[in-house]
Amino acid sequence: MIIKQLSIFLENRTGSLTGVTQLLGKAGINLSAFSLAESSDFGILRVILSDPEAARKLLTENGFTVTLSDVVCLFVPNTPGTLAEALQLLAQNNVAIDYMYAFAMKDDVARVVIRPDNINRCIEILQQSNLQLAKASEMYDF
Amino acid sequence: MIWNESNECMGREEMRGMQNRRLRATVEHVYHNSPFYRSKMQELGVTPMDIETIDDIVRLPFTVKTDLRDNYPFGLFSAPMSEIVRLHASSGTTGKPIVAGYTRKDLNTWSEVMARTFAAGGCTRNDIFQVAYGYGLFTGGLGAHYGAELLGASVIPVSSGNTEKQVQLMTDFGSTALCCTPSYALYLAEAIHEMGAQNKLKLKHGFFGAEPWTDEMRREIENKLNIKAYDIFGLTEVIGPGVSYSCESQYGMHINEDHFFPEIVDPVSLKPVVPGQVGELVLTTITKEGMPVLRYRTKDLTSLFYDECSCGRKFVRMRKIMGRSDDMLIIRGVNVFPSQIESVLLEFGETAPHYHLYVDRENNTDTFDVHVEVRPENFTDDMTSMLNLGKRIEARIASVVGIHAHVKLVEPRSIERSMGKAVRVTDKRKLY
Repeated sequence: MIIKQLSIFLENRTGSLTGVTQLLGKAGINLSAFSLAESSDFGILRVILSDPEAARKLLTENGFTVTLSDVVCLFVPNTPGTLAEALQLLAQNNVAIDYMYAFAMKDDVARVVIRPDNINRCIEILQQSNLQLAKASEMYDF
Repeated sequence: MIWNESNECMGREEMRGMQNRRLRATVEHVYHNSPFYRSKMQELGVTPMDIETIDDIVRLPFTVKTDLRDNYPFGLFSAPMSEIVRLHASSGTTGKPIVAGYTRKDLNTWSEVMARTFAAGGCTRNDIFQVAYGYGLFTGGLGAHYGAELLGASVIPVSSGNTEKQVQLMTDFGSTALCCTPSYALYLAEAIHEMGAQNKLKLKHGFFGAEPWTDEMRREIENKLNIKAYDIFGLTEVIGPGVSYSCESQYGMHINEDHFFPEIVDPVSLKPVVPGQVGELVLTTITKEGMPVLRYRTKDLTSLFYDECSCGRKFVRMRKIMGRSDDMLIIRGVNVFPSQIESVLLEFGETAPHYHLYVDRENNTDTFDVHVEVRPENFTDDMTSMLNLGKRIEARIASVVGIHAHVKLVEPRSIERSMGKAVRVTDKRKLY
């Protein structure tokens, strides 16, 4: 259930995102989801992609600063209140969330990528409550 | 071992008395024997009568490198050529070299301060010295040579270069002490390992100088050669190597205060700094005859500290040279040395030692930006900790330098690498 997310350090200047995406595109690596955290000087691009290990190697060889981190991905049906329910469970069990981002596919079920402070506990809690988590393979390859 | 205990361990009051007498004699000597210094003093309206104690040194004129160039070759000598027994010159990469002349007494002084240096590093008459500094006009080779001979050690005057021969002599003759530049010591160490000769060495002491080196470099030399490495500081204009030397504490360098009087001044105002603060080292020779210098501006940045040393020597210590005053920036009225910023960045393992400083002026206020590369292995996905890293560096710079800098973390390898002397500062202010 643990998904490898690739984080890339980017300077805040025109064209830095283009460089990364072109490089991945040429290598045939597909992006499933991404989010960009930014400050005034630099940003951290977080991506879920078809082959995280190959992408890490490729980007490192091309001089990018990258790191792999573990995230979980929760399926949330597109109905009011379902996300709140999951988040409440985590809060009640003292699992903190560092950041999260969401994306949707054609199937009307939203995917929420969560980076918790304690990933194993997070998975355990969500699964016990029969909330559905994405398998890594589902995330890397659509 | 302390070579000259009565001088090296002399109490402060007694030392002051000696410095008072020696400064008076030096001023008297140059005033009457050097037209250059006489006219400089006359311009300031100072006569030898005005110099009573060492504190009066601030009334004397400064000497700078261009004075030596402008008066090439012998214009600053204070003794007739019949008294000069040796000439040395610095290589002078730009324009004319600078020339120094020594009387017999000056050579004795030089040998004495070098013997002190070697004794402070634990050497005795039983040691075998391999002097791999260049012999010739450069002061390194002969300076070390005569010091080691005075100590009574056996000297191998191999000079610099010819690395294989160096290693061969080192193993065959059983050299126990090595004198050379720190970068050559590292080069030699690698050659020794390549030749598989490390177990055949008897080397125990190394005396390195003539170029700036870091503590990391010292540890590397010590590990690779399995020796203790000592610092020698000096300059041709003053005497050559032997102005100051490190002792067993390996912390700072004791200045031979009975021969060379140190001051630390603000490089802009030329006023003395608060004791302990960093500024430009200014040296006055108080026993030299051939070419004494009054208040010679070394352009080297350091600070002095008078704390008691565990070795027993009472000479004041100077810190490792932190940079050159020519590189100084004045930002919002505060003197900033790129080397200070560099040392802060080196404290943080998360950043690489590649940086660039940008100074500009917006709305009549100076802006100061420090770009530093993130180390790939220390990058974390956590925005807060990355932002905190920048803030922690900013706080450290503020406490060391005294002004706020904006720290910008940049991608690895984005800062231009240069062969040779790195250009690390861009000053976009149009102040002149």
